[in-house]
Amino acid sequence: MSNGTRNAILNFLAVGGFVYFLWWAPENLDGYKLRIINLIAINAILGLSLNLVYGMTGMFSLGHAGFMAIGAYVSALLVLTPGQKATMWILEPMVPWLLNLHAPFLISLVLGGAAAAFVGCLIALPVLRLGGDYLGIATLGFAEVIRILIANLIPITNGSLGLKGIPAHTDLWMSYGCLGAVLFFMVRLMNSNFGNVLRAVRDDEVAAKTMGIDTFKIRVLAFTIGCFGGGLGGALLGNLLTTIDPRMFMFIQTFNILMIVVVGGLGSMTGTIMGSVFVTTMLEWLRITESPMTIGSLRIPGIPGMRMLIFSLLLIAVIIFRSQGIMGTREFSWNWFFGDWGDGRKAKGAR
Amino acid sequence: MQIVLDVQNLNIWYGGIHAVKGVSLSIEKGDIVTLIGANGAGKSSTIRAIAGLVKGYRGTIQYTDAGGTQVQLNNRPPEDMVRMGIALSPEGRRILPHLTVEENLRLGAYSRKDKAETASDMEYVYNLFPRLRERRGQKGGTLSGGEQQMLAVGRALMSRPDLLMLDEPSLGLAPKLVGEVFGIIREINRQGKTILLVEQNALAALSIANKAYVLEVGATAVSGTGEELLQDPRVRDAYLGA
Repeated sequence: MSNGTRNAILNFLAVGGFVYFLWWAPENLDGYKLRIINLIAINAILGLSLNLVYGMTGMFSLGHAGFMAIGAYVSALLVLTPGQKATMWILEPMVPWLLNLHAPFLISLVLGGAAAAFVGCLIALPVLRLGGDYLGIATLGFAEVIRILIANLIPITNGSLGLKGIPAHTDLWMSYGCLGAVLFFMVRLMNSNFGNVLRAVRDDEVAAKTMGIDTFKIRVLAFTIGCFGGGLGGALLGNLLTTIDPRMFMFIQTFNILMIVVVGGLGSMTGTIMGSVFVTTMLEWLRITESPMTIGSLRIPGIPGMRMLIFSLLLIAVIIFRSQGIMGTREFSWNWFFGDWGDGRKAKGAR
Repeated sequence: MQIVLDVQNLNIWYGGIHAVKGVSLSIEKGDIVTLIGANGAGKSSTIRAIAGLVKGYRGTIQYTDAGGTQVQLNNRPPEDMVRMGIALSPEGRRILPHLTVEENLRLGAYSRKDKAETASDMEYVYNLFPRLRERRGQKGGTLSGGEQQMLAVGRALMSRPDLLMLDEPSLGLAPKLVGEVFGIIREINRQGKTILLVEQNALAALSIANKAYVLEVGATAVSGTGEELLQDPRVRDAYLGA
């Protein structure tokens, strides 16, 4: 059996098995587990979009939470019914034009992403003239500005009371469907000449310029696409949790996504997905360390925050022993999995 | 003869350092012109300014494109230069190590939209450098120094330039390879491309140049044909070690 046939069969089995799982899970798993499985997909979308910006184009952006917030609010404001909106604004009256604005869920997702992309593009124009750490600080600042604006534009966003009763549109099909679409788009993008242009901008700006690449324009474009992914992820998250407020989109949100990207491997798409599985499940599973425990005759009361402590130690271990992340810059492929490491071993994503 | 590039009184500052002090040079169509001189003489700065990689210089750079239109190049972005037919193969080769030879070449044609002609130019580059064809699927970073230099020149050719600028193509190459690379440069020139060559290897550069400028601490010290400078006692003394 040739490798090609083997890979085709394995791909078919993997995708088929996963689709079966998506069909099986809602009937057989409890809501808590389903939420974690949904979160894995959403975090993977967020991770992929940040990886495009940071891992593949080399722009250290810490603004993802801000773009998530834009996507989440735009989508939520569109899917909430006029009846719900009429009763929710108790501090200040809602702006009238927003009351009857309504869109179906899928359209609200796209518009949420587009709004985040639009704002991202506006921010990119001044900010992307900075490089390295300065860019990180500036994007972090802008994300906070977005959050504060949301908290204070009460007639539009209901301020810090947040939005409640968002219909729970995000189910497994929806979140994994979106992940599949994002992944398909990213793979196509990175395997095209445009993907090589991004790598050229990341690896050697002078070389890119001498080839006639307008490096600034390419950066703005990649950043905008990344922001679209951030907005899309935020929109999905809002429709999963059914309630959003400005405090959800603080820096820790960006940090979690950054962690997924780094743990998975900067520049590796399959690595990001593995990172999302690992980080998302760990953050939940480690909750057991916060509940009271009895080991022999020793009684340990629950210590809140224990899981973050353990998680930090795990992260430090990753950075010390495997600083390139799970996948490094490689992409998962069956050939790589079975050890015939032709050229998959030195994937071109390397930085 | 038609002047392709005319640089008048070019001055470049890096912070407080006056690196290039009034360099003037002109390049005729079909020539190989070389800029030679010691480290820090301003050769690379001059060529980088022409390519649009240096900002805020003084002086005029005038370019005449293949259609005969005269354009002021002053402070235009580098992508404009590539589109108008000026390509730079930068110092230190700067090939992209994680991309294959073929992907590097394809990026060289980034500014072009004509797919069929790009493919035929790729074929032209492979014929010029058969080694690159053998290694087309190999990562740029795994090539030897000489092969990387060939790739850098080939990549610059992929934008189908009228004026090809080469910054130190002999850097870090074994003497035998220097001869090979310079032979190919002459071949490219014979096929109709005007070439501006910046070199520290004065002997190799002068032996293929129609015209040469010697830069010393940021200014033009001597100029003449390659032959003349090879005979010039000052040049022989300072740069040829003879």
